[in-house]
Amino acid sequence: MSPGDLFQQVLEVVIAVFIAPLLVGWVNQCRAWLQNRTGAGIWQPYQVLHKLFRKDAVVAHNASGLFRVTPYIVFASMVLAASLVPMLATALPFAAAADVIALVGLLALARVFMALAAMDVGTAFGSFGARREMLVAALAEPALLMVFFMPALIARSTSLGTIVEALAHRPFVLHPSLAFAAVAFVMVLLAENARIPIDNPTTHLELTMIHEAMILEYSGRHLALMEWAHALKLVIYSTIGIALFLPWGIAEAGDWPGLPLAVLAITLKLLAGGAALAVVESVSAKLRIFRAPEFLASAFLFAVLGVLTHLLLAGRA
Amino acid sequence: MSLAGQIVNLIAALLLLVSFAMLSQRRVRDLVDLFMIQGALLAAATLVTAVATGQSHLYYSAALTVALKVIVLPLILRRVLRRLALETDVELLINIPTTMLVGIALVVVAFNMAVPISQLAGTITRGALGIALACVLLAFLMMITRRKALAQVVGFLSMENGLFFAATSVTYGMPMVVELGIALDVLVGTFVFGVFFFRIRETFDSLDTSHFEKLKDR
Amino acid sequence: MSQFLQSPLSSILGVVAFWLALGTIGVALGRDRDGVRFVYPATALGGALIAWLAGTALGADPVSLVLPLGLPDLPFHLRLDSLSAFFLFLLGLAVTGVSLSAAGYFRAGSSPSPGLTCLQYHVFIAAMVMVILADDAYAFLVAWESMALASYFLVTTDHRHEEIRAAGFLYLVVAHVGAIALLVCFGVLQGQAGSFTFDAMRGVTIAAPWAGVAFSLALVGFGAKAGFLPLHAWLPEAHPAAPSPVSALMSGVMLKTAIYGLLRVTFDLLHTQASAWGVVALVIGLVTALFGVMFAAVQTDMKRLLAYSSIENVGVVLGAIGLAIVFRAHGMASLAALSLVAALYHCLNHAVVKSLLFSATGAVLHATDQRSLGRLGGLIHRMPWVAWLALVGALSLAGLPPLNGFVSEWLLLQSFLFSPDIPDGYLRMLVPLATAALVLAAAFAAYVMVKFYGVVFLGQPREPSLETAHDAGPWERAGLVFLAVWCVLLGLFPALVIRRIDAVTVQLLGEGLGDAATRDWLFLTPMATERASYGPALFLAVIASAVLATFAYVRVRHHGRLRRAPAWDCGYPAQTARMQDTAEGFGQPVKQIFEPFFRIERVIPDPFDRAPRYWSKTEDRLWYWLYLPVARLVAAVSAQVARLQHGRIQWYLVYSFVTLLALLIFIRL
Repeated sequence: MSPGDLFQQVLEVVIAVFIAPLLVGWVNQCRAWLQNRTGAGIWQPYQVLHKLFRKDAVVAHNASGLFRVTPYIVFASMVLAASLVPMLATALPFAAAADVIALVGLLALARVFMALAAMDVGTAFGSFGARREMLVAALAEPALLMVFFMPALIARSTSLGTIVEALAHRPFVLHPSLAFAAVAFVMVLLAENARIPIDNPTTHLELTMIHEAMILEYSGRHLALMEWAHALKLVIYSTIGIALFLPWGIAEAGDWPGLPLAVLAITLKLLAGGAALAVVESVSAKLRIFRAPEFLASAFLFAVLGVLTHLLLAGRA
Repeated sequence: MSLAGQIVNLIAALLLLVSFAMLSQRRVRDLVDLFMIQGALLAAATLVTAVATGQSHLYYSAALTVALKVIVLPLILRRVLRRLALETDVELLINIPTTMLVGIALVVVAFNMAVPISQLAGTITRGALGIALACVLLAFLMMITRRKALAQVVGFLSMENGLFFAATSVTYGMPMVVELGIALDVLVGTFVFGVFFFRIRETFDSLDTSHFEKLKDR
Repeated sequence: MSQFLQSPLSSILGVVAFWLALGTIGVALGRDRDGVRFVYPATALGGALIAWLAGTALGADPVSLVLPLGLPDLPFHLRLDSLSAFFLFLLGLAVTGVSLSAAGYFRAGSSPSPGLTCLQYHVFIAAMVMVILADDAYAFLVAWESMALASYFLVTTDHRHEEIRAAGFLYLVVAHVGAIALLVCFGVLQGQAGSFTFDAMRGVTIAAPWAGVAFSLALVGFGAKAGFLPLHAWLPEAHPAAPSPVSALMSGVMLKTAIYGLLRVTFDLLHTQASAWGVVALVIGLVTALFGVMFAAVQTDMKRLLAYSSIENVGVVLGAIGLAIVFRAHGMASLAALSLVAALYHCLNHAVVKSLLFSATGAVLHATDQRSLGRLGGLIHRMPWVAWLALVGALSLAGLPPLNGFVSEWLLLQSFLFSPDIPDGYLRMLVPLATAALVLAAAFAAYVMVKFYGVVFLGQPREPSLETAHDAGPWERAGLVFLAVWCVLLGLFPALVIRRIDAVTVQLLGEGLGDAATRDWLFLTPMATERASYGPALFLAVIASAVLATFAYVRVRHHGRLRRAPAWDCGYPAQTARMQDTAEGFGQPVKQIFEPFFRIERVIPDPFDRAPRYWSKTEDRLWYWLYLPVARLVAAVSAQVARLQHGRIQWYLVYSFVTLLALLIFIRL
């Protein structure tokens, strides 16, 4: 682990953490444009965070310690997850501690804590939000794992850095199975980031919300951390998607001159991805909650099918 | 593997993806859209094979595919949809995840069936044969699980797409005469179906094929 | 003599004798509940000793011993090798933790005769040790049956309840079906080897068809004890019926003795394995896992929920064993070692975690007298010790890093990822589907654990009586802390554990993961670092420092002001504990998605009903498809047999006479 690598690692995490609200602001702004609204501007999420951090935290009378510690655990998990995803360069010293399976486990850890905290106060909304979130996760998480397995099979490694290096820097080979993985991944991304058609990030209509129902009891700095972690999760998922399916432009280990190019590439890709997300959200309708399992089961089966296709086509080549 | 082979394999995978998308689709209108995409992919695959192998009849075949499957048939189907003012959701006999699970099993079977044949074939795209076979079986499955007659027509047409792709991937396409004949058949078949739809609806006030059970002699 | 005392095998036998003596003391103390209670810490001491002895015996040369007990020409053969040492280690850990908390649990238990329960408890754990040590079929079956009978009596401790007697009866029947299969299995092996000792069976290589028969019988026989589908029905009945420490041991250790037996027969006594066995085991295992987790998700009784979760975990272990068999059959020994290590690690994890959670439910049961999830809730405020320790168990069982449940899951997924190297076409395609089933089961396990933990410990108390619930006593706390610490240790330092477990794979497969996997104590790298690595300790360190850094950042940059207020709940003022999501509510989406797998009866009231009642019951379809038809068949056959009974002595004499004649003629022929 060279100091250079470590510097790069820390730099990546810091960038990811601090641009996270910006990405959310960008997606919201795009949505506003698509819906003929002026929008609040791309810096709005920062202002919201700032406001929340300044306010007192109001905690329900019967909230336990679990409720208060959860925002920190969720935020820290997301920071660690961000440090595992190659965004600018593939050399990540922390990545040895956790491969893609552990990354999925880490996201699950954050989610389970969030669900438990939602049940802690014992309100109707919190507990049904937790239930729905766990249901969505129980179907989306296997799909995500299966999505990861395909590139892992191609690269013969479960370490994300190695996978991305294999995909980005080896001779150009088309992998048909990645098409399935990409479709499944987009579906998982929508579900896991509480986006339409599974959830609506702007709703506070009781019967439809999932993520918002879970964090309903949070306020002040706790809510700020939860929101920030949520934004960070979107960055993590976007960068995972970019790293797996559009890895071109990422810098290799020790490739310092390649970094500015990588920064440019990731900026463009995130802008495009955010806009695409806004389009998807604007053109689709939210599904009934009992259609959601169908949607996610499709994602899961697409991912499984991708692995199958990979084995079949690769077996003969 | 050559670049052309890779591209055809990619298109093959996309075809399979579209077949599964059809299985998981509830709306007839979206089914028609997917059918159109399938046709376009098919034409692209034929074109790539044509460029790679220099077989001129494949160009005609690609053009024919575009004309018929991307333009004419979807137009007809949309027209029928509009005229019949079909409700948007298709009723399914089996729920979607189960259908897709069965579909995955079919894919496994199809691939294993295709192994010996594709080893015989010497074309650049022989790996795609399994996928073509899978597409045929999946289209069949879709016809079985849908209630609305229109979905069954789309399934029928998509089955033909699978066959066509199988032919291209194993033998670089069928002779032109055969292909023209099939194209004509499909077109006529669609017209006949179209006529039938109107008759069916007049008789039953619905396009739900489960009403056919009433036709039984008692 | 001194050598006899020094050998770990004889020391373990000493502990067994000590346990039996403790059991006798318990009987002698009779109804003196407080006196009997303090027998259990001594039991725990014995457990710790066994764990330590077994730990040292892992990787050492096998030690054998012949006891002057048993049949005249077949004395008890005992043997301590790496495989048995591993399972003894697991047993020792679980017994230590569970016995410590048993000292608290039995303080006012509903057991009518604490002395007798104490004896049964000690016979039970002693019999399990003997099962693991036995080195001939006769000793094995004697120990096996003692274990089954002791656990039967323990299950029916509270025999005044009708349903507990029924659960015990079902357990006894299934246990005996399994025992018969085992008897025949050992018969087949003996027929080939010519002797009942395992040593002789090890010595001969059995022809493939007979080996297949033996494996199938072992799968049925051990499957009946482990709860593989479709022989699982007794498990969710018997586990909740037993006192909590006993449920903990049954789930944590007794199911593992079945796994032990399966491994012993498959890899130690039989030398060649067919790929098809592996496929069968893989499919049964994963179906069992999915079945278990689905049913766990709809349970409303906390101990039944945990029992179904045990079915799930045993299924995962069987799946891993199946994969190991497949790899071995295709000559990929190092991959076989990887999946076998995953299976063993999962056994160890599950033993510790399930002991922890069942002991925690024991504490809850004690404090509240409630097993039904619908009458619990909010216990984190009244029982903080139990709640926080149970959280460790719940997170671990949900398979979350950096705890131990995740390690075995990770290892198993790694071995699945390497399986595309299998040459067989259909098999290679089975693997992605199997992987999918495994990850689905794992993800639903998290769902189940959130349900379990959230409904029992979080939220508002659903009954007023819960306000007065008391936290666990010092003994129970000690037991729970012991088990929770092991959960964390097994999670944080897997490489150190695997270094030990590797001795078992070397014994069974002739090849282990080797040095590469265990060189670095911080990182787990089963194949090569660039292929896969996982460093839970570093993982935890980074999360912990990130938590602290975030905390410090928020405090320094902003503030730490906090106000308490009523819950917001979208501004709804009159919320009560009854408005929280219930266990049924948590099960409902699962019921809806997987409806075909359940047998659901619902009574939904009419909208105009004056006194509406909603009622629903979810049952296992297999019960109606398999068990009841078999029961009816047995009843019909016995009704036919009953015709032979006339009650007149002459007829019975005629039967005997005819039998005698027939036998004489038969011998003459």
